[in-house]
Amino acid sequence: MSEILDDRKYTKSHEWVLDNGDGTVNIGISDHAQELLGDIVYVELPEMDAEFGAEDAVGVVESVKAASDIYAPVPGTVVAVNEALDDAPETVNSDPFGEGWIYTLKLDSADDLDELMDADAYQTEVADD
Amino acid sequence: MSDKNTDPQRTALYDKHIEAGGKIVDFAGWEMSINYGSQVEEHHQVRNDAGMFDVSHMVVLDFKGKDVKSFLRHLLANNIDKLKDSGKALYSCMLNENSGVIDDLIVYYLSDEFYRMVINAATRENDLAWITQQMDAFEVDLTERTDLSMIAVQGPNAREKALSLLDKATAEKVAELKPFFGLPLEGGRFYARTGYTGEDGFEIMISNEEAPELWDALIKAGVKPIGLGARDTLRLEAGMNLYGTDMDTSTSPLVSGLTWTIALSPEDRDFLGRKVLEDDKLAGVKEKFVGLVLEDRGVLRSHQKVITESGEGTITSGTFSPTLKKAIALARVPAGTGLGEQCHVEIRGKKLAAKVVKPVFVRNGKSCLENT
Repeated sequence: MSEILDDRKYTKSHEWVLDNGDGTVNIGISDHAQELLGDIVYVELPEMDAEFGAEDAVGVVESVKAASDIYAPVPGTVVAVNEALDDAPETVNSDPFGEGWIYTLKLDSADDLDELMDADAYQTEVADD
Repeated sequence: MSDKNTDPQRTALYDKHIEAGGKIVDFAGWEMSINYGSQVEEHHQVRNDAGMFDVSHMVVLDFKGKDVKSFLRHLLANNIDKLKDSGKALYSCMLNENSGVIDDLIVYYLSDEFYRMVINAATRENDLAWITQQMDAFEVDLTERTDLSMIAVQGPNAREKALSLLDKATAEKVAELKPFFGLPLEGGRFYARTGYTGEDGFEIMISNEEAPELWDALIKAGVKPIGLGARDTLRLEAGMNLYGTDMDTSTSPLVSGLTWTIALSPEDRDFLGRKVLEDDKLAGVKEKFVGLVLEDRGVLRSHQKVITESGEGTITSGTFSPTLKKAIALARVPAGTGLGEQCHVEIRGKKLAAKVVKPVFVRNGKSCLENT
């Protein structure tokens, strides 16, 4: 069974969103998502300073099997990307909720986070997969 | 005629895949294991040690009778007259009249009136329909060996580990097999020094009843189960074509990297597809089959557009090579494209830099790229 942490929110497209409490959120893909993808060999990171609307495709995670888009969960601006993934994309497999984070988004509005699923709702979502 | 609406089929080793934690997917109507955890680890296991694949979904056909030689001479684009020693295998395409590839296959010469063929699972129905249609004019008996399972044991230590399970006298005989030779043993077992990974090893045919026991014994000998996922990255690194992606009935072997399998001499061998192949050769073949190595970061996939100095082409299969740690691909490009040439591949609207190489990337654990 895949792990789901209850300190963060989730999207239907399997991103996790961790509120940093300073108007920014860290974003990665869930343990469930990395399991589905299998061995990850490349992460196309979002462009720094790019502005995205909710559900815009911002980057791509590629495994040996398939390519999968990463989406912006809420509107915002990219203020950091995890460049360590350039050399070690497999970190997304080994530590999806920690060192495998993908990027940081500065929120247009903190209220937008209320739209996202909590851990329980995501658990239900994953069970239907 | 179609099996498509029936339940998925299971090989005699299905329970073994579940036992080993196999992730089951549908492959050509068969419930097969795509991996047992990590596809990349399984890939390295085959390159560095020994792994085994259940390939029992593949179709084994025995051809017997006094006309079998002349029949196969007519049916296949490669020439079975090249097979002079008992057990010797030949890789060949089976073409339609338009020189489209119906399937690629291996045929073993067992005696003048007995040849064994292994064809793909996904093409089984079409192949059998075509073969039986062509058989009308010949005295040939065809038996499909659904009673046999097939386990491919591959890797630098694969032969040693597989041989350790045989009694001394048998092991000595099997150890003497040269590459691309097969040997029938007692009880219907058949050991062939063939494979689809670019590594040494055996493909072992064995009765469905005995297959699970052999699987368990191989695990005890240190051979690990490998899924179909790693089978694809291994064959692609080895530059081996996959039917349905790299070629099909709409493509000639001349533009699929399979020209080496076409035996146009002797000139009087009238095989299916020959006429169109000769016409194509005279007219000049406009495309060629090459390898690509991505120099920018990313992953090459089938259907991506290739942009060369001589025009556009298409990737037929692509992946991330676990051995080379680079994206690699097989591609059909304009005939003027030269080896070593720089080109671009269009991925999600971006043009990424790639290099044209010979369509073989890794053999026996070593990179082939220095040679290009």
